[in-house]
Amino acid sequence: MRYVVCIKQVPDTTEVKIDPKTGTLIRDGVPSIINPEDKNALELALVLRERYGGKIIVLTMGPPQADDALKEALAMGADEAVLLSDRDFAGADTLATSTALGLAIEKMNGYDLILCGRQAIDGDTAQVGPQLAEFLNIPQVSYVADIELNGNKALVKQISEDGYELIQTSLPLLVTVPKGVNQHRYPSMPGIFSAYREKKTLLWSATDLRADLQAVGLKGSPTQVLRIFTPAPTGKGEMLQGQPKEMVRSLVDSLKTKKVI
Amino acid sequence: MKFNLNKEQQMVQKTVREFAEKEIAPYAIEIDKSGEFPWENVKKMARYGFLGMPIERRYGGAGADYVSYTIMIEELSRVCAATGVIAEAHVSLTAEPLAIFASESQKEKYLIPLAKGEKLGAFALTEANAGTDAGGLQTKAVLEGDSYLINGNKMFITNAGVAEIYIIFAITTPGIGTKGISAFIVERDIPGFSVGQPEDKMGIRASKTAELILENIRVPKENLLGKTGEGFKIAMATLDGGRIGIGAQALGIAQAALDASIRYAKEREQFGKPIASFQAIQWMIADMATEIDAARLLVYRAAAMKDQGLRFSKESAMAKLFASKVSMSCADKAIQIHGGYGYMRDYQVERYLRDAKITEIYEGTSEVQRMVIAGSMLR
Repeated sequence: MRYVVCIKQVPDTTEVKIDPKTGTLIRDGVPSIINPEDKNALELALVLRERYGGKIIVLTMGPPQADDALKEALAMGADEAVLLSDRDFAGADTLATSTALGLAIEKMNGYDLILCGRQAIDGDTAQVGPQLAEFLNIPQVSYVADIELNGNKALVKQISEDGYELIQTSLPLLVTVPKGVNQHRYPSMPGIFSAYREKKTLLWSATDLRADLQAVGLKGSPTQVLRIFTPAPTGKGEMLQGQPKEMVRSLVDSLKTKKVI
Repeated sequence: MKFNLNKEQQMVQKTVREFAEKEIAPYAIEIDKSGEFPWENVKKMARYGFLGMPIERRYGGAGADYVSYTIMIEELSRVCAATGVIAEAHVSLTAEPLAIFASESQKEKYLIPLAKGEKLGAFALTEANAGTDAGGLQTKAVLEGDSYLINGNKMFITNAGVAEIYIIFAITTPGIGTKGISAFIVERDIPGFSVGQPEDKMGIRASKTAELILENIRVPKENLLGKTGEGFKIAMATLDGGRIGIGAQALGIAQAALDASIRYAKEREQFGKPIASFQAIQWMIADMATEIDAARLLVYRAAAMKDQGLRFSKESAMAKLFASKVSMSCADKAIQIHGGYGYMRDYQVERYLRDAKITEIYEGTSEVQRMVIAGSMLR
């Protein structure tokens, strides 16, 4: 069994402050962490490896410092790491990111199960996992808590607000994992030293992936972030008084004045 | 000179800090009150390989450098000094001497379960009449055929009763002073080995401290650690490393006291403003921060020297002497900054002072540390 876990190094958004003058994020001095839901995805992979055996490869696209996130994942128990780092990958939106990750996964020696965190705490789009499955043309299930494997078959437990569903599908498969479905483990002490002294991290560039430079990075991004800002607080709401008929008249008048209707 | 932690050490610090805050801190007040031995903490530490930190990988340890191990003790002690010393006595005082002095078969049998955290360890040197004058111990070990017959009592032993593996020091050749002392690896469950009632201590109350009563215990001669007459040398070498561990424990306590003081000073308002705006408090914080930094440099310098294979007895003595003094001073100031609330058990600060005091006493009193430093300076 070969598991590929996609992780992202993100700023610890609980520590990020907003610059009061520009309304944008102050990223300086904010510690970088592994996106929390990616840790839940890695934890599921570790549990599955304990149950079924196999090898876990952890993959990330980012600047050179993203290697710290890979080392932490290796220390938690992943077997190998791959870092996609290249100027040509920079400025990527979710589509360009999933393209790069997809090319990297295709370059690997086969895979059975891809695990992603549901969404990242900086972008919050939850798009990369599903886009990656589409790129690879494999089935996907999101909000996954657990998986039962039987040869090529996979019985996937998908959680929802009301409970859960069991979905029968097959490998290769991509799943996204939300927070709360497991308690991710800490890196172990032997794991930390093993991560830095023994385990392999491969570094792949756009050239290594034979990537079409128009399909990755800023050039490959159909969407662009123009501005990030805290919205100005809106005024207090108005409580309407009187009988329902009067309140309706008052509301309709108000909406007409505001040119909503 | 570089004073930064390398990547591995940074990850150790980040991991142990998070682990300590989430897994150990929530129970610190409760176990101090009840004095109950924290088996859950021990299990969690064992699971993550804390209990074999500096032991080689092939013996089940993490293969960590001593600086990383020191970071681990500091971070654990910052949230719970009792948990810190449980780990420290197990690693520095039991696993380490086995790693250095034990034979291959002894390592197979005893070091591996210690490093994996399957069994706890303890170090039994002190007796009722032999504290600072450790060489004056009276426990006797007599070789009879294939085994040693050991009789005596050990006092104030950390992890007594909960440990399954003990390093015990006894006289094998009477009348020739410290050169007549040997060290033995003793298993708890042998006939004649019993443990006294746990001591009711001022601080580190969840750590189990008790007397060992050895009544005609028979220890196979294969369990002699090192050579006959080498016991005192083993004890002193072990305590050299242990000093760094206790220095780290003291540092953790001092840091906790400072962190609590800063938090409280920013929140507590008197005369319409946070007390952090008053110079009296500011100066206390400044003094605490400076002495902690100095202690930190001493402790980690000693650990780094050990990693580099240099002699470090004087430096580890300086580290423990200074850091223990700083932990007392910072704990005292922290209570003062917290005012009346600092005196109440519900606020952890009073515990820091009760925990800090022992760091000036065990693993060599501050007086012993001064003896070591003076001895080195006046050679």
